[in-house]
Amino acid sequence: MTSDVKELYQQLIVDHSKSPRNCRVLEGADASAEGHNPLCGDRVTLFVKLEGDRVKDLSFQGNGCAISTASASLLTEVLKGKTRAEAEALFTSFHDLVTGHGAKDSGPELGKLKVFAGVSEFPVRVKCATLVWHTLRAALARVQQPATDADAAHAR
Amino acid sequence: MTAATATLAERIRRDFPALDQTVHGRPLVYLDNAATAQKPRAVLDAITGYYAGDCANIHRGIHTLSERATEAYEGARGKAQRFLKAPEAREIIFVRGTTEGINLVAHSFVRPRLKPGDEILITAMEHHSNIVPWQIIAGETGASLRVAPIDDHGELILDRFERMIGPRTKFVSVTQVSNALGTVNPVADMVAMAHARGVPVLVDGAQAAPHRKVDVQALGCDFYAFSGHKVYGPTGVGVLYGKAGLLDAMPPYQGGGDMIRSVTFEKTEFNGLPYKFEAGTPDIAGVIGLGAALDYVGKIGLDNIAAHEGELLRYATDEVLKVPGVRIIGTAPKKEGVLSFVVDGVHPHDVGTILDREGIAVRAGHHCAQPVMARFGIPATARASFAAYNTFEEVDALVRGIRKVKEILG
Repeated sequence: MTSDVKELYQQLIVDHSKSPRNCRVLEGADASAEGHNPLCGDRVTLFVKLEGDRVKDLSFQGNGCAISTASASLLTEVLKGKTRAEAEALFTSFHDLVTGHGAKDSGPELGKLKVFAGVSEFPVRVKCATLVWHTLRAALARVQQPATDADAAHAR
Repeated sequence: MTAATATLAERIRRDFPALDQTVHGRPLVYLDNAATAQKPRAVLDAITGYYAGDCANIHRGIHTLSERATEAYEGARGKAQRFLKAPEAREIIFVRGTTEGINLVAHSFVRPRLKPGDEILITAMEHHSNIVPWQIIAGETGASLRVAPIDDHGELILDRFERMIGPRTKFVSVTQVSNALGTVNPVADMVAMAHARGVPVLVDGAQAAPHRKVDVQALGCDFYAFSGHKVYGPTGVGVLYGKAGLLDAMPPYQGGGDMIRSVTFEKTEFNGLPYKFEAGTPDIAGVIGLGAALDYVGKIGLDNIAAHEGELLRYATDEVLKVPGVRIIGTAPKKEGVLSFVVDGVHPHDVGTILDREGIAVRAGHHCAQPVMARFGIPATARASFAAYNTFEEVDALVRGIRKVKEILG
């Protein structure tokens, strides 16, 4: 028996896709990265502001399906205040969730992100849910590099 | 709907084994025919028949199996010749598909003629396969690609096209039917305009050949390419037609076996047409399968197919527009079997996913026509495309599916 499509389009996902949070350019961002899924044309630009090792603020802009937009919107809410290590651990747990590998006991609490559990029944949509997470990784990796040239960190 | 067309789909559906299945618990409604069409049993049998009974290489064996395989392979060439109404069988080159046909012409015919400042003219509704090969050879030679514009309905602005054919234009390559919009181009007129200025023309027939009778002599085009898999044939095989005089004068595209007359390490004498352009062992089973597909289409009759699909498109257009918030992209007066649409506030991928769960297969995306999407200011569309076996009930299912999309995400 196949799961109902409403398992995928949970109310919270529909809500965040229709009214995405933190959908703007972040002034004074330390880094940004652009994610692109050439197969379906989804695009997201993620902006990150850091304070030491912690994500102080983040925002996104983009054009994509309900899943990718809601994923970006929820990421910006959930990641605020997290350390790099916490962000990385969340990514692993989130990835396990949407690919159907089940959240590990040792992983962090996914909270609201659990709403994406239905994605695991729709393998072709996994990329939509994870696009912004890969983009986050790219953005964080840029700040790690010795930032001798601020423009170079933004270049893409 | 008339009784005759209502029964066409019903009569032939049982010929297509893949149509008889459920997807996510619903009967399959296959509306992605512009991507690839399903295959009738006659095609599957022809492919199996070759492998099970006649499997041998062609043009070289003296033994019986090779003779049978060669006969079937060359028989398919004759079928393709008659399908396109080409004057001679040697003007039919078997290729992997439309894309390879276009690349062959780009590299063997057009590239050697290009100088810096020369121009290749296409239209704004081309598939990537009729854009990228020209960009590649333009980049290599210093030539440039020019693009004739389309209007808000997705119709070519014909006088702009005509004015763009100038003294620097060395080649024109245009699609007969747009895969993303369904627009039918007046290619016979376009060929005449180009020929009036001495410019040769390739017609991309990938989306036309499955739906309408093609007569390359009436069109007057110099080259015509189409893909087997969209005409109910197998994937990996297609046809390039070229005028014999032009093909004869062109250098080979690839070197290898079967395309030579004699080889020494000093010199190779190339084979004549069409073998000069068919290096290596071809997709023998695919070509034989394509021959069976052309027979099948001939048996149903392209005029019957065109009439049925025309009624389906009209019906689908009317019904889909009854759903509030649905917009059709591509509203040219002359269209073929393609219904590209967007649902307000809903991304086409979500449309595609929700329809899939209803058993309805449509394409969602840019359809390898990103410039077309950019022209209409949208990232993608959902596209339903029709074949001879589609029914009016399937259109009803599509419309119900779109209403469900609105219910979930609207």
